[in-house]
Amino acid sequence: MSKYILKRVLLMIPTLIGAGVLVFFLMRLIPGDVCELRFAGTGLYVDQEQIDTCRSNLGIDRPMFIQFADFMFGFFTFDYGESMWTGKPILFEIGLRFELSLQVAIMATFVATIIAIPLGAISAIKQDTWLDYAVRTFAIAGIAIPSFWLGIMIILGLLIVTQAVTGIPWMPPIEYRSLWDDPMHNLSQLIWPAVATGYRYSAVATRMTRSALLEVLREDYIRTARAKGLIEKVVINRHALKNAMLPVVTIIGIEFAFLMGGLVVTEQVFNLNGLGKLFVESVQNHDYAMTQALVMLVVLIFVVTNFFIDLCYAWLDPRIRYS
Amino acid sequence: MAIVNEAALEAQVEELEEKTPWFVAAKTMARKQPVGVAGLFIVLLMIFASIFAPVLTPFHPEYNSFENMLTPPNATYLMGTDQFGRDIFTRIIYGAQTALFVGFSAATIGAFAGLVLGVASAYFGGVFDLVLQRIMDVFMAFPLIILALAVVATLGAGTQNVIIAITIPFIPQCARVVRSNALAIREIPYVDAARALGFGHMRIILRHMAPNVMAPFLILFTAFVGQAILLEASLSYLGMGVQEPTPAWGLMLQGGAEEYAESAPWVAIWPGVAISLAVFGFNLFGDAVRDTLDPRLRSR
Repeated sequence: MSKYILKRVLLMIPTLIGAGVLVFFLMRLIPGDVCELRFAGTGLYVDQEQIDTCRSNLGIDRPMFIQFADFMFGFFTFDYGESMWTGKPILFEIGLRFELSLQVAIMATFVATIIAIPLGAISAIKQDTWLDYAVRTFAIAGIAIPSFWLGIMIILGLLIVTQAVTGIPWMPPIEYRSLWDDPMHNLSQLIWPAVATGYRYSAVATRMTRSALLEVLREDYIRTARAKGLIEKVVINRHALKNAMLPVVTIIGIEFAFLMGGLVVTEQVFNLNGLGKLFVESVQNHDYAMTQALVMLVVLIFVVTNFFIDLCYAWLDPRIRYS
Repeated sequence: MAIVNEAALEAQVEELEEKTPWFVAAKTMARKQPVGVAGLFIVLLMIFASIFAPVLTPFHPEYNSFENMLTPPNATYLMGTDQFGRDIFTRIIYGAQTALFVGFSAATIGAFAGLVLGVASAYFGGVFDLVLQRIMDVFMAFPLIILALAVVATLGAGTQNVIIAITIPFIPQCARVVRSNALAIREIPYVDAARALGFGHMRIILRHMAPNVMAPFLILFTAFVGQAILLEASLSYLGMGVQEPTPAWGLMLQGGAEEYAESAPWVAIWPGVAISLAVFGFNLFGDAVRDTLDPRLRSR
């Protein structure tokens, strides 16, 4: 097992370096740089010398290869430097927003799981009945409806409903407060984006639960369980669902990893200051250091999540370990 | 395939046609795949709307009448007007053109590039396969929207660049699935036979192996069209996709839609309905294609 873990850890390195190469060169292909942009914003006359000083301060006038080596070395030694736009440490900027993004991602995962597993199970058990069709339609709709539009509709719905019920239109608060400081305020703000993304996310997981359970229900041991007279509830809960969960947990894990960076659009709708918004801003500001750090963070979360998923599989299935 | 007598075949076809007129065939399919037919209907409706757009609406999509800004839906403006006084119904219909164009282009290019790379990866194996798979790993580790955003930031916004940005994440997805299918085909002796006959690599990949992975390819292709439409809408909504004044559904939700959501909800409602319906249609149709071609293969 330890040999397998070592092999898997080593396999993560090329992916991380590859992601580093990709984001490094992609960012530098964008016309213009952070210095030009910064001075353009001031609207004053700038001479070339000032721009050159700014560039050499940030170190972006050095040869590409040295910059890249510097970036990679910094990444593996946990030294991320400062944002090129705000000048504050990158870890500080990310830290500010990490809590919010993590909370929305966790809440969305929670929403998705409590919708997906029961619905997927019902759909599989009642295969080809109207109930199954209804669940499948609901799930496909979840994939089809853009989460940003769902967000707009949720806000609109809240306005209309509160207007009708209380006479005063209510909107989720805009200012962010931490869950620990003001739980009510925090939840009344973040529950809506969690629902909007959670629905989409649940759709994927519902479909996976359904198909995994259908496959398991055709296994011989299910027939055996039924033959020995177990009631259907026990057959489903104890024998079938448990064995169908592996692919479902995988999907939930992968989607969770993607959510950490993939909330870009939802954050825009709900005006949340999370990692996605930071990413869009730093791309627009040509903030190389910040974009690189964010992309590496998202890829790292993805790679580590995958690593744990693989580990679970290897632990459950010895064949994988030795292949 | 066996050589068949053409005349006999034609007679047979005629006979079959006599027995099963098209509506009976359609009925059989509708019974087997009712949901898929509903999806196909939505897709055909979209294609119809985009072809006959100029006939279906009296307005030009970029025509704005400032006397009629944010007009609620009425007999003239079926879905109301936006903040520039443009007819929303017209922009929805012309938006179908944009969505279909982006969706089909991105899906076609992405799926074909993935097909060739996936088959080549399985065919050559060894170092080529290993290196290519590691590169694919890197692309797969990015959330779709982040990769697309980075590409748009590099190339600039606009319809063509949006297509490129959407295509790039599709390639590794398709290559991965195609490769695993092609690996099994690589083992079948006819590939070695083709090598022995002295055929070139390209010919074997394109003519001999690729046609045998058509099932997963078609399944992914239909799924990609829906995904591409959704991704284009997201990018346009962020202002990094299709640019004004081109009518695009995602773009219609940007800016004004949120601002006027309360006083003029029709501005925000219709484009979202259009996006959802289009993606819904392609997904339903895609699922039916999957069930027909390969019930075991499950793509997300």
